[in-house]
Amino acid sequence: MILLLIRRDTARGLRAAGLPVAFFLIAATLFPFAVGPDARLLAKAGGGMLWLAALLAALLPVERLVAPDTEAGVLDQFAVRGIADEGVAAAKIVAHWLGFGPPLMLAALPGAALLGLDGATLARLELGLAIGTPALAALGVTVAALTTGLRGAGALAGLVLLPLAVPLLIFGAGALNPNDGGALKLLAATALLLTAGAPFAAGAALKALRD
Amino acid sequence: MMLTLRGVACLRGPQLLFEGLDLALGPGEALVVTGANGIGKSSLLRIAAGLLRPAAGWVERTAEAAWLGETAAFDGERTLHEAVRFWARLDGVTFDALEQAMATMGVRPLAEVPVRYLSTGQRRRAAIVRTIAGAAPLWLLDEPANGLDTEGLERLGAAMATHRAAGGAVMAATHLPLPLADAATLDLSALVVTSA
Repeated sequence: MILLLIRRDTARGLRAAGLPVAFFLIAATLFPFAVGPDARLLAKAGGGMLWLAALLAALLPVERLVAPDTEAGVLDQFAVRGIADEGVAAAKIVAHWLGFGPPLMLAALPGAALLGLDGATLARLELGLAIGTPALAALGVTVAALTTGLRGAGALAGLVLLPLAVPLLIFGAGALNPNDGGALKLLAATALLLTAGAPFAAGAALKALRD
Repeated sequence: MMLTLRGVACLRGPQLLFEGLDLALGPGEALVVTGANGIGKSSLLRIAAGLLRPAAGWVERTAEAAWLGETAAFDGERTLHEAVRFWARLDGVTFDALEQAMATMGVRPLAEVPVRYLSTGQRRRAAIVRTIAGAAPLWLLDEPANGLDTEGLERLGAAMATHRAAGGAVMAATHLPLPLADAATLDLSALVVTSA
């Protein structure tokens, strides 16, 4: 049952996956224009910049994660079938990650090339994204469930999501430093906490949407 | 009894819509909920479906329910067939049962049309297809006649009759006359159940 939900949301997510990826790449392209063509500076700051771009790209799909299903009555139909709100939220998180995480990790390859990152940094960036994007997806679904139905939901989602994602940014960018072994572990711990807690938070928000 | 409500009250915001409502629905029975706009017909149905918590009282539902809400709950970009098939898979419905339900509501010619191109009435029919195919014993229908033409209403009437003959129950909120024989009526403005 949950697999069916994941499949449905993944199909919908992949159809719209181009937008965050395009945003991510454009942000990576703009960075050299802003700081100048100094190759050393770009290679040094580029990894962190890509993390920032990934964070902002995570904001784009938030509005279509929960709101369309609420408006169409899909969530009511799930609830009548006795599917737990936490299960629906977990399915949405998995589906959202599938349509967001791997495409972003692929986009990080040309992104890293644009900024002239070396192979080792790219490997650490990809590893960090692999650990961090599930948490970004979990945060996205949670914030989407919390802000659905509110006026200016998109802007509000940004205000709620970005502060919560700060630890991911700090440890994700920190893990790019080859001498900082602890950052990757802290990134993993933060991501685990966010990903594990999100289905319950988002489930509670979905429940509250019905009242 | 498939559905029993005892002393149920409904609060929407600061407004008490109704209180002290008792009702019971058993196999083969039908209940039509009527009353003016905003009196709480939909809220009562949502309470019966477990989508809304009553402010007081208790609800016991022993049978699985099919919910026909105000919106069709289909993905606009999918074809009608894909859209109803998603729910059929979720409900564990066989391909044949789904085809039969589509024939019952006369939507088979529309099978390959994306849902967003369907009219209100056509979408309504497709939503009723999900209700029929799902095979839940208790149908909770919120304004099922909305958007349906005369022929669609007749098809709905036939489907409800078949469902009740097979031991199912129907509870419908409506402001339009429904083709339901021997149905009890609950007029929310009076809060009394009268048997027809």
